[in-house]
Amino acid sequence: MVLERLAPETAHRGKSRVVDLAIKLANVNGTGSSSANNLLMQAFFRMGLPVSGKNLFPSNIQGLPTWYEIRVNGSGHTARVSQFDLMVAMNAQTHAQDIREVRAGGYVVWDSTWPLDQSAMRSDVSYLGMPVAQMCNEAFRSPRARTLMRNIVSCGAVVALLAIDLDIVSNLLAEKFAGKDTLRESNQHALMLGYEYARQHFDCPLPCHVHVMDGNAGAILIDGNTTAALGFLYAGATVAAWYPITPSTSLMDAFTQLCRRYRRDPETGRNSYLILQAEDELASIGIVIGASWNGARAFTSTSGPGISLMNELIGLAYYTETPVVIVDVQRAGPSTGMPTRTQQGDILTCAYASHGDTKHILLFPGDPAECFDFAVRSFDLAERFQTPVMMLSDVDIGMNDWVIPQLTWDDARVPDRGRVLGAKELEKRIEAYDRYANPDSDHVVARTLPGVDPKGAYFARGSGHNEHGGYTETPEEYLEVVDRLASKHAAAAMRVPDPQIESRGARVALVTVGSCGPAVREAIELLDAQGLPLDYMRIRAFPFSPAVQDFLDDHDTCFVVEQNRDAQLRSLLVLETAVPKDRLRSVLAYGGTPLSAGEVVDGVRAQMET
Amino acid sequence: MPSIEKPPIQHPGLRRNSLGLTIHDYEGSMSTLCAGCGHDSVTAAIVHALWEMETPPHRIAKLSGIGCSAKTTAYFARGAHGFNTAHGRMATIATGAAAANRDLLYIGISGDGDSLSIGLGHLAHLIRRNVRMVYIIENNGVYGLTKGQFSPSADVGSTTKRGDPNQVPPIDPMSLGLSLGATFLARGFSGDKRQLVPIIKAAAAHRGLALIDVISPCVTFNDHEGSTKSYLFTRHHDTTATESDFVPPAPEIVASIPVEGVVSVTMHDGSVLRVRSVPDDYDPTDREGVAEHLRRAHAAGDVVTGLLYIDESSADLHEMHDTTDQPLRDIPFSQLCPGSAVLAGFGVR
Repeated sequence: MVLERLAPETAHRGKSRVVDLAIKLANVNGTGSSSANNLLMQAFFRMGLPVSGKNLFPSNIQGLPTWYEIRVNGSGHTARVSQFDLMVAMNAQTHAQDIREVRAGGYVVWDSTWPLDQSAMRSDVSYLGMPVAQMCNEAFRSPRARTLMRNIVSCGAVVALLAIDLDIVSNLLAEKFAGKDTLRESNQHALMLGYEYARQHFDCPLPCHVHVMDGNAGAILIDGNTTAALGFLYAGATVAAWYPITPSTSLMDAFTQLCRRYRRDPETGRNSYLILQAEDELASIGIVIGASWNGARAFTSTSGPGISLMNELIGLAYYTETPVVIVDVQRAGPSTGMPTRTQQGDILTCAYASHGDTKHILLFPGDPAECFDFAVRSFDLAERFQTPVMMLSDVDIGMNDWVIPQLTWDDARVPDRGRVLGAKELEKRIEAYDRYANPDSDHVVARTLPGVDPKGAYFARGSGHNEHGGYTETPEEYLEVVDRLASKHAAAAMRVPDPQIESRGARVALVTVGSCGPAVREAIELLDAQGLPLDYMRIRAFPFSPAVQDFLDDHDTCFVVEQNRDAQLRSLLVLETAVPKDRLRSVLAYGGTPLSAGEVVDGVRAQMET
Repeated sequence: MPSIEKPPIQHPGLRRNSLGLTIHDYEGSMSTLCAGCGHDSVTAAIVHALWEMETPPHRIAKLSGIGCSAKTTAYFARGAHGFNTAHGRMATIATGAAAANRDLLYIGISGDGDSLSIGLGHLAHLIRRNVRMVYIIENNGVYGLTKGQFSPSADVGSTTKRGDPNQVPPIDPMSLGLSLGATFLARGFSGDKRQLVPIIKAAAAHRGLALIDVISPCVTFNDHEGSTKSYLFTRHHDTTATESDFVPPAPEIVASIPVEGVVSVTMHDGSVLRVRSVPDDYDPTDREGVAEHLRRAHAAGDVVTGLLYIDESSADLHEMHDTTDQPLRDIPFSQLCPGSAVLAGFGVR
């Protein structure tokens, strides 16, 4: 039992009019459970309820256990929880484990076609048996439908048990199967089978049911890989290269779909984009460097193993000052690790990726809305500073659906292409062009593009070079360039997104990053109720903007909450700010599941009490 | 390519091409390679071909990896952008560059270590994608900058300076190219500029990837008795498969006169490549026949040179992806960004 469940304000759950419900659906991978999961998610969303869905799926196509967790919370807390009000236990393989995760007084829906293993029984939960497989065998003829429809039948029971608006669910089915009447009818039939069975055999609705509220006005439900792809579309990216890797594949899939729709010349039908599935990640980043050197906006998306492979050429881009945009949808490492499980384990490797002295600009989106925003800004930053920019998302943000405000775009927005000398400037130029001389106040030198004017020609090289771009092994000439690169990175601190700060003047604070935001903010509310007021800062970029240093200076102790074993964000703060090391403590959760407020509360209290 | 410093003043009597440029305008900085290096002769052939082709220098983009070969991109076309990338990765960066702007002439210079060892995977996929560029492998069978280790093109039995024989079978870029669907394969010898210049010109006009393997002896580490990549060995074993003549696109229509034993190929840009087959039955458009010829020649210890294989009918990278004629990098932002109204339609609501 985690602390949040003991907190006084949640003890009266079920009696309160503020909905707080957690349900979990346990299934077998490859049996079509995701459409039923999405149906429930979207129904809650349309009822105006703040909701989140966490897909805990195996690195497998068919046969292994898979879970989907839905949190509905009237106060807007949608981080993961670890105890559930209702477990839809449709996978006999995992019954014992699933039943353990039900809160005392909670419910288990199970398929009573087969007997339940008595060893898994608990006396403090209620069992709602429904012969799902038998019902499907009687109602449907094809073996495929008999399997797939089990999910919809159990979904129908959940609709009845939780008082989910049946019309909303039926409408969602009608939208999903628009133009496919047979499919719509069979799904609706399955839904009603479960719905009616539950109404006849169980006390519907359960005490932990939901009701309509108005929490989602102007909001949409979307995942971060899709919004990042949208961001790159809107940023004007024309070249993309990638190598298939979970969990970033859906980002490039989405970008491909978007380009097919919005990047085809209406008259000629020709494409204003080129997406290359490369032979490996070494090639992906090479293609991006070549395209960017040649003036296109180009990006790649990958995950940790891809970043490892890209290290060499990230250094080339850094040293030749070529803009590059990389998305790292982080997964649990090291090595192959757990490809479908979430982690924030690439912070340090990305910050200093490649051999020699290298430092990069990192962006840490906290939700799909920021994936869109930061994808757009990543190109402006990369081209302004002529350097790699890495956006570090993760499995939780990238592949789960989040409720975010509807995306907006300012049609007057003009991309910042940075300092590039065009044909007109080069034509009238009298003095010789030096690629790495005469920097601006950001320590950036104007670049030129191939094919524009002979006066702009220079030789880009990963070998030691002087400010003219010429080969050098002379210490002074070498230092002139690499020292400017350090200054350039420092200057970027003034242009990257500021941290998100919520301050009430507390002496102690929680500092976090990325997808941890919702759990940490919920934890602050729970700890506040226990008499421990805390401030909040979510870091959104590296190099750290001055606001980060100010916040650290203003607090006696900061707990750095992050999802990796080695306290990577804390390490980066120690290395790159002036904060005394002993003022930063760590709360770490890195088992691969999205963070819950309970883990944060436990982690903080354990250290406060010692 | 000069290997000695020359005064910047040009002789007024130097011939100029239609752009008003002399051959010196296609040269680059002074070579820092060993005196007598085959690579400097390859550079001279490139300079000559570019001058004759009358390509504006700034419309050329030069790319290389790492190694002795990689240095040579600095020694020609000083008016062109150059990119000396990382070991084995030039093919990927060239692919990206070509993706961004389809209108430039891309010249990649690589070596046998760069292309056939650390970069072999990328070369294979460059061939498969048929990226439109000239890709020259300056092939000397050794790693020069690290002082004489065998490269993957070293023949079995070829020896190091100390006399140790190589025991590992070589990778032949031409046979590799044939098996991967390459559309332009040629082999030259750095010591035969007369043969190499028209090959380079044809390569530049080719619709896709033109792979040129140039035997370019390393005078310091691999030019001794026992080496199969020496000047002497190559001269003695060079058998010419074809002789090439390159006719640039002419403003007036010239009636083509069929010549017996000559294959005429109309190139992508309208120019004509005339290939005269030295063995009567050699057909540079017959992939299987060429493969068989190379196999037999290799068994006999011959180095077959000339334009070995050509296919002008296959789609290049941009054609496969059906990209716009306008280079991607030149498309205005207003045409790339779908705008606020479209964005409002995304997400479940």
